[in-house]
Amino acid sequence: MSTQLWIYLIVGASFALYIGIAFWSKASSTGEYYVAGKGVHPVANGMATAADWMSAASFISMAGIIAFMGRDGSVYLMGWTGGYVLLAMLLAPYLRKFGKFTVPDFVGERYYSQTARLVAIICALFVSFTYVAGQMRGVGIVFSRFLEVDINLGVIIGMAIVFFYAVLGGMKGITYTQVAQYCVLIVAYLVPAIFISIMLTGHVIPQLGFGSEVKGTDMAVLDRLNGLVTELGFSAYTDGSKSTIDVFFITAALMVGTAGLPHVIVRFFTVPRVRDARISAGWALVFIALLYTTAPAVAAFARTNLITTVDNAEYTQLPSWFKNWEGAGLIAWTDKNGDGKVQYRAGDAFAGAPAFTGETGPQGQRLVKNAPSANENELYVDRDIMVLANPEIAQLPGWVIALVAAGGLAAALSTAAGLLLVISTSISHDLLKSNLMPHISEKQELMAARISAAVAVIIAGYFGINPPGFVAQVVAFAFGLAAASFFPAIIMGIFYKRMNREGAITGMVVGLVFTFAYIVYFKFVNPAANTPANWWFGISPEGVGTLGMIFNFIVAFVVSKVTPPPPERVQHMVEDIRVPRGASAPVAGH
Amino acid sequence: MEEKQTAAAGYWRENVRLVLTLLAIWFLVSYGAGILFVDVLDKVHLGGFPLGFWFAQQGSIYVFVVLIFVYVWRMNKLDRKYDVHEE
Repeated sequence: MSTQLWIYLIVGASFALYIGIAFWSKASSTGEYYVAGKGVHPVANGMATAADWMSAASFISMAGIIAFMGRDGSVYLMGWTGGYVLLAMLLAPYLRKFGKFTVPDFVGERYYSQTARLVAIICALFVSFTYVAGQMRGVGIVFSRFLEVDINLGVIIGMAIVFFYAVLGGMKGITYTQVAQYCVLIVAYLVPAIFISIMLTGHVIPQLGFGSEVKGTDMAVLDRLNGLVTELGFSAYTDGSKSTIDVFFITAALMVGTAGLPHVIVRFFTVPRVRDARISAGWALVFIALLYTTAPAVAAFARTNLITTVDNAEYTQLPSWFKNWEGAGLIAWTDKNGDGKVQYRAGDAFAGAPAFTGETGPQGQRLVKNAPSANENELYVDRDIMVLANPEIAQLPGWVIALVAAGGLAAALSTAAGLLLVISTSISHDLLKSNLMPHISEKQELMAARISAAVAVIIAGYFGINPPGFVAQVVAFAFGLAAASFFPAIIMGIFYKRMNREGAITGMVVGLVFTFAYIVYFKFVNPAANTPANWWFGISPEGVGTLGMIFNFIVAFVVSKVTPPPPERVQHMVEDIRVPRGASAPVAGH
Repeated sequence: MEEKQTAAAGYWRENVRLVLTLLAIWFLVSYGAGILFVDVLDKVHLGGFPLGFWFAQQGSIYVFVVLIFVYVWRMNKLDRKYDVHEE
């Protein structure tokens, strides 16, 4: 069977499965639409959380980023897993006990203030829209490369699928499709990783192969890779280039940001009991760790394979994957010394992404308009292809390639759906029902939720087709803002009874404005100044959310000391959420 | 009523102490072994890994998983001790 046929078959079957699940789990009340009736088993919720959390970026980009960053890539591995420890111990059980639907619900009630609720709604919407645009783009890339459809048509097909099960099924539909999507994506990630580990090291488990010798030699994988990259002029793979303080702050911003992301937090509202919320955070991390401990192994294997395959090879003799990805515009080669061989060295071959002239050179390579840089490097490789091209580089059978395509789509769709739900809930529940139009009936609220989900799908699709040039830059925003706003407000709401409305609101505003201004200044206003010498304390915009969080805590504490304590009923509410017993049963309406 | 309040305070104190202990370990394996002390740890090797690199890309994640399950186990015990567990 041809690879293309396998791709249609496997991707088609996975889509049929998602739609089938959506029909089976259609939501009929707001409780089911927002939090799946609070009846999800903790292991299922763990899987759904893992799929919700692991986006197109985790599945497609992360291993590639680590492959090119080496040691510095560790910030993503620790940052995007360590947050679950904070979630499990500091947030999830208490928010579950609180027993409402959303993060703005908690902020609004704990701080007895519609202003606080509004700040939380704005943050939730901003973070979610930032994120969802990237997912739609991921869907488009997978479609255009593997299904040979136009990237825009790919986005539209993705929109239609998400529309179907998010709008119809709400949280209930999303939860069970996410469970299925987790299974698809993890198999798709592990199968090629295992194959490659066996080929390179003889170990079935990639995590072990990562730390052992290259097959047929007595040299460790990492030592060999260090030798290869230093010979080509890169710094050693196991050495970092970022300063310790920056690594520290970026890791912290990613961890705290993860714990503060509304689409992750809301998943813990869907389980029946407080103890289920605790254990399901554990299961979520088990399922996430499966991918996150495999990714750095894949990164090291892929970098080794890439170097040994392409460096100093005749262009005309290169395997077909090279030309496939060159065709997709994600690889480019500019023959600087005219020897017909690919020289892969440190530095950029040319500035920016390749702009092709439409003509081909003497060896048949696609020519680029970009002016070649002064160094010897002739190769441009987009980091995103490391995972997608891996099965082809390792010459794996067609069904494995098809599986990777289905896995990339599962990762992007599951995260997009979770985010769309947060957007629709923020509008129908937090903004309309709790704020502007408190008298609407449950039926009307449900209708409003579905309409806002539908509108959000269309906006997300628009950004997927016309990606704003700053998508990559705004990711720093999502984590930084979540870290600087939600996290401190929720933590103090639970652990510091004396925290009041005035303190929490000033803290959130200070944290937000500071983080926002710092990122905007270095990313948009004055990108030329974005160097360690100009950063405060050497902290990059990616890590500044941690500083914003610290400011939030300090300002909130000081302000709360000089303003009146929260009312009696709020203090009782805090006492109540601290003990598990008496968590509310599934709610019908509210 | 008063007795109940003291019990609730005791439960909360033990809860906070447990969380602080576990978070100290969380901090040590990630920020400590994976970031602050890597230069020292990298001199030691674990199989083909420099130890600091292993903590940063593998070990810290395994410890995170264990920490959550220890937390769950200890909290369930604590809930029963203070009779605040759910049905």
